[in-house]
Amino acid sequence: MLTVFLQFLFSGLTVGAVYALVGIGFNITYNATSIINLAQGEFVVIGGLMMWFFSESLKLPFLVSVAFTIVTAGIVGLFMERLTIKPLKNPDLLLMIMITIAVSIVLRGLLMLSFGKNPYVYPSFTEGEPVSIYGAIIQQQTLWVIGITGFCIIVLFFFFKKTITGKAMLACAVNPTAAQLVGINVSKMVMVSFVLSAIVGAIGGIAITPISLMEYDKGPMLAVKGFCAAIMGGLGSNRGAVLGGFLIGILESMTAGYIHSGLKDAVALIILLLILFFKPAGIFVSKTMLQLRKF
Amino acid sequence: MKKGDSIAFFVLIFLIILLPVLSGSTYTLTVGIFSGINALVAIGLCILMGYAGQVSLGQAGFYGIGAYVSSVLSLHIGLPIVISTIFAMIVAAIAAVILSVPALRLKGHYLAVATLGFGEIIYIILNEWGPGGPSGFGDIPHFSLLGYTVDSTTGYFYLIWGLVAAVMFFSINLIHSRTGRALRAIHESELACNAMGLNVVALKIKVFILSAVYASLAGSLYAHYVTFISPSSFSLFYSILVLMMVIVGGITNLWGAIIGAVVITVLPELLRRFEELDVLVYGLILTLSLMFFKKGLVPILIEKIKKLRGFAVAKH
Repeated sequence: MLTVFLQFLFSGLTVGAVYALVGIGFNITYNATSIINLAQGEFVVIGGLMMWFFSESLKLPFLVSVAFTIVTAGIVGLFMERLTIKPLKNPDLLLMIMITIAVSIVLRGLLMLSFGKNPYVYPSFTEGEPVSIYGAIIQQQTLWVIGITGFCIIVLFFFFKKTITGKAMLACAVNPTAAQLVGINVSKMVMVSFVLSAIVGAIGGIAITPISLMEYDKGPMLAVKGFCAAIMGGLGSNRGAVLGGFLIGILESMTAGYIHSGLKDAVALIILLLILFFKPAGIFVSKTMLQLRKF
Repeated sequence: MKKGDSIAFFVLIFLIILLPVLSGSTYTLTVGIFSGINALVAIGLCILMGYAGQVSLGQAGFYGIGAYVSSVLSLHIGLPIVISTIFAMIVAAIAAVILSVPALRLKGHYLAVATLGFGEIIYIILNEWGPGGPSGFGDIPHFSLLGYTVDSTTGYFYLIWGLVAAVMFFSINLIHSRTGRALRAIHESELACNAMGLNVVALKIKVFILSAVYASLAGSLYAHYVTFISPSSFSLFYSILVLMMVIVGGITNLWGAIIGAVVITVLPELLRRFEELDVLVYGLILTLSLMFFKKGLVPILIEKIKKLRGFAVAKH
């Protein structure tokens, strides 16, 4: 009983960790720009596929591959912001969202051209026996995924709370005009937010690929799930996104395990709708905060 | 109807009658039929977004309800197609009421994600419990009315575009009516509308139902035309595609929905020659058109015409 439950719990935590990272990625851009960047899922795919390219195809050492992958994702985020978001002055928010969808199609086209339609995989970060907890078998990579997610969360927490750049980004979220007036370069902050969210997504992709494989068209589903995670916890709140991500992941794997595998997506969505209808601000954002938001 | 609308309407009717005569190729007409089906969904979404200011990412759900309910009723129970189509529209309308009562209190991203959730739930239901599961089912009867069965491509072209014209006629009259003015007022300021005694919530729900009914009609037509359906046609990507049609065509003009539907349906066909590059080129065209034709094709066209006319007047 307990063994099976723990098994489901850990597989839920693994996918949940990636949803949480995607959700955080959404929050980073949303906080700085009020844009929902629906190309967020593609960053995860870029992470997984580029990591395969550097480590398996070019046979570079592990850490070098990770570094190159992160840099590549960062550059993609940078180009995306400079080429499509920055040129628009005072655009409609809906239009911005549609542009991010269009960019995600471009990225998907590029990924398909360079990697084809096959799924890719590379070995786990560490070789070794799976860990056994009360009879539940946990692959070492699962621990890596959860650990890396935790690490990202802590780093981002310190970034937003303790560094000037992080604080400046939060200021842009609260009031861009006021931020500009106190000398914050809002345009630069928007750029940093895209790069940062791309990197966070790519890290998720690097970590999850040995477990769940990666293919060029995985992005949209990841984006939807990550978006649900962000909304569930309250858009803009990072701890909300983490909680939302893990909640969706666990619910999915519990439903798949105990009820029916086809229904795993439905349960997460139904919970999402209930939260939206009864506590639209999400778990961690208060109603007053919601009213302050322009969109 | 305004003068511009009347002219556009005559052009539309003219084109509908002329296209099958000028180009008899089945391929052109088939692409035309799909454009028409998409146009029906896009018109509904355009009224909802452009006039009532409400976003929906769940139109594929209503589209799927239309296709599945009508197919199942006509195939398994043997109801006449017209009755089953109308029944599907009623089911979609009920679904719209159930969704809109809680959802329309939400705004912006939250409304978008609530409708997205609804669409995905319908998709999962079709996948799990729809006849044939993920692989779908076929043998859906062709459209028939009073003993006359439509089974030729030209017949379907006239049927579907005839319905597009009818829906367009109704919708244009609607947006120029008292209700339409009230809708635009909601878009400007909900608070002011409330203060003037408009029942904003009831109006929004009505428009939501209208858009669901249009989508359901399109879904039924799709099912009875293709005679085979599977859940994959009713996924989130369809909802996004329809949203794209409305935005590319121009959200502030109902004609934009038709133009957008035609452009977005025809574009992938034109890009076939790029083979593997087609996804990339499609994405690039979308990105660029969204960036440089922000207002949408139709409003930009209208501005251009007005400018030209200004020139002509100045010369005289």
